Amino acid sequence: MKKVITGNHAVAHAARLAKPGVVAVYPITPQTSVSELMAEFVAKGQLKARLIRVESEHSVMAALIGASMAGARTFTATSSQGLALMHELLHWAAGARLPIVMVNVNRSMGSPWTIWCDHLDSLSQRDTGWMQFYCESSQEALDTVLQAYKLSEQVNLPCMVNLDGFYLSHTVEPVDIPEQALVDAFLPPRKPLYKLDIDDPHSFGALTSPEHYYELRYKAQKEMESAKELIKQTNSEFSQIMGRSWLPVEAIQTKDAEIIIVTMATTVGTCRWTVKKLRQQGLKVGLVKLKMFRPFPAEDLLEAIGEGPRVVVLDRNLSAGMGGIIQQELKNIFYSAGRRNQIFSAIVGLGGRDITPEQIELVVKQSLKDMYAADQINWLGGKI
Amino acid sequence: MNIEEAAFQEAPFHPGHLACAGCAERIGHKLALLALGPKTILVIPACCSTVIDGIFPHTASKIPLMHTAFETTAAAASGVKAALLAEGKTDITVLGWAGDGGTFDIGFQALSAAAERNEDFIYVCYDNEAYMNTGIQRSSATPFGAWTTTTPLGQTKDLPKKNIVEILAAHRIPYAATVCPAYPQDLTNKFRKAKKISGFRFIHLFSPCPTGWKFGSDLSIKLGRLAVESKVFPLYEVEKGEKYHINYRPKGIPVGEYLLDQGRFKHLKPEEIAVIQENVDKAWHELLLKEKYSQEKEI
Repeated sequence: MKKVITGNHAVAHAARLAKPGVVAVYPITPQTSVSELMAEFVAKGQLKARLIRVESEHSVMAALIGASMAGARTFTATSSQGLALMHELLHWAAGARLPIVMVNVNRSMGSPWTIWCDHLDSLSQRDTGWMQFYCESSQEALDTVLQAYKLSEQVNLPCMVNLDGFYLSHTVEPVDIPEQALVDAFLPPRKPLYKLDIDDPHSFGALTSPEHYYELRYKAQKEMESAKELIKQTNSEFSQIMGRSWLPVEAIQTKDAEIIIVTMATTVGTCRWTVKKLRQQGLKVGLVKLKMFRPFPAEDLLEAIGEGPRVVVLDRNLSAGMGGIIQQELKNIFYSAGRRNQIFSAIVGLGGRDITPEQIELVVKQSLKDMYAADQINWLGGKI
Repeated sequence: MNIEEAAFQEAPFHPGHLACAGCAERIGHKLALLALGPKTILVIPACCSTVIDGIFPHTASKIPLMHTAFETTAAAASGVKAALLAEGKTDITVLGWAGDGGTFDIGFQALSAAAERNEDFIYVCYDNEAYMNTGIQRSSATPFGAWTTTTPLGQTKDLPKKNIVEILAAHRIPYAATVCPAYPQDLTNKFRKAKKISGFRFIHLFSPCPTGWKFGSDLSIKLGRLAVESKVFPLYEVEKGEKYHINYRPKGIPVGEYLLDQGRFKHLKPEEIAVIQENVDKAWHELLLKEKYSQEKEI
């Protein structure tokens, strides 16, 4: 059924359709309306889950770790400072190999106080062992939550589905909310390999010596690697049932491109429009949408970009002292592959600043003229 | 089950665990699990117990055990219980088992919140009055006058111990109680009683620690007895935050008899011991008044 709803409501509908047994909530702008709608679903009996209204995001994740370890499918949503407060337990959830699915509504990190979008909150959680997806539209956000459950429960790793604060979380657009029967056909109930079970008692998470810890981390890496292909299979199953497809990497007009923009989330939408406009001007511009950040889809990116074109990365984040995070990762895989593409770096939209087509046009043209060489940062849209 | 029967029960955990010799936590743990029975799931944060259970792949536990982060016992136990209820499993006891650091200090926020939500599990704080697992650092459960490695001689703790049972009782939880392994029948009775109550139940278990308090490993039970007999650690329970009941009324012995067996107090001067005596007497008097008041209210 098509409805005109916000991105936050889209992911809440996805969570309802996934039938989690336990949902834990704690409010934070701009995520709060996800929690509110989950509470409403439970109150109205539209979702038969146990809702825990905890006192902090830290306890959200602790409660979900407990619930997931006891065998439940779980859900929560958070943002920014809340995600940062969870940090310790993000490691714990991944280390315990629990398929927790969480929506993060991207919001910049304080100080100073800010509620608007950039991606440093989730990218700061890069090394916690969570899979991470970024969404361009509310439809994609809804669909990605459903796919995240299926993927997570196959590889026993947690998954974070990110959507841009306000740009997606609070903007209404038409979203197809699938019928429960279709979702049930795609996503069967969770069947954990191990859980807290009085008939089959185990200890989980005990003190582990150097004799065993290393291999546990190796296994997590292997599962992460397998997720790169599994997500395509998952997406293909999803696509057969729902008629929609979302690949980890999407290549748009890249075949003949002399320069390719790489970016994530709602900025992709602005770039699609800008690429069309630049093509009309005769510029051979392409676009690569990076949907999956962890595991990092190296092979898909290398294939989508190819050997020749220049690359300009629009990073809605800043790792101070080094620059944009996505461009670092991209340079890493290009170096490993022996590729010499010039990779330009632009820092965009920090703290929710608008990213305009004019800016994108400018950075593409500057990069074509070798302005802002590969080792420099283009502070695009900054009053600097 | 009376305590003579308990003595002949098969231990509810395997031998070969890693507790220090004389550890009172283990005695309390054994009695608690015997009282609660095997349909119990344990949630244990960073504390002595997490190490006592053994190093992977070994475990002393015979029941499901979830190790969780230091400050998360109450939140994690809430999640475990929610998952069980979501599956329609209503007959399983979830038992949070945390030390004083994890309860009085770092886990306090999650504990208070779970108590306020009246989550349906039993939370036990086994209290050895300092961060013993990291090697004897003061916590807010460390009593006045005690030596620890972070309150060394010359700067021993000059603040009172936080009264955790009163704080929990102020949440109006269905059941709060104190127990001491040196009084095994009382301990067993309270765990059996707690099991039958639904909602949030808090049990404060006094756990003399030979390693941290500096006394012989053969003296844990004696120390527990002296703590109760001197009224340093009264045995009582509070129902719904208002109905107080003192389970045992000791004749009373001077606190010095309890303190002086322990290395952590051996530096105390007579005037400091007098201060401790005064505080203990005052606290006992207040407890009597609370009990009396709650009985009068009932009438």
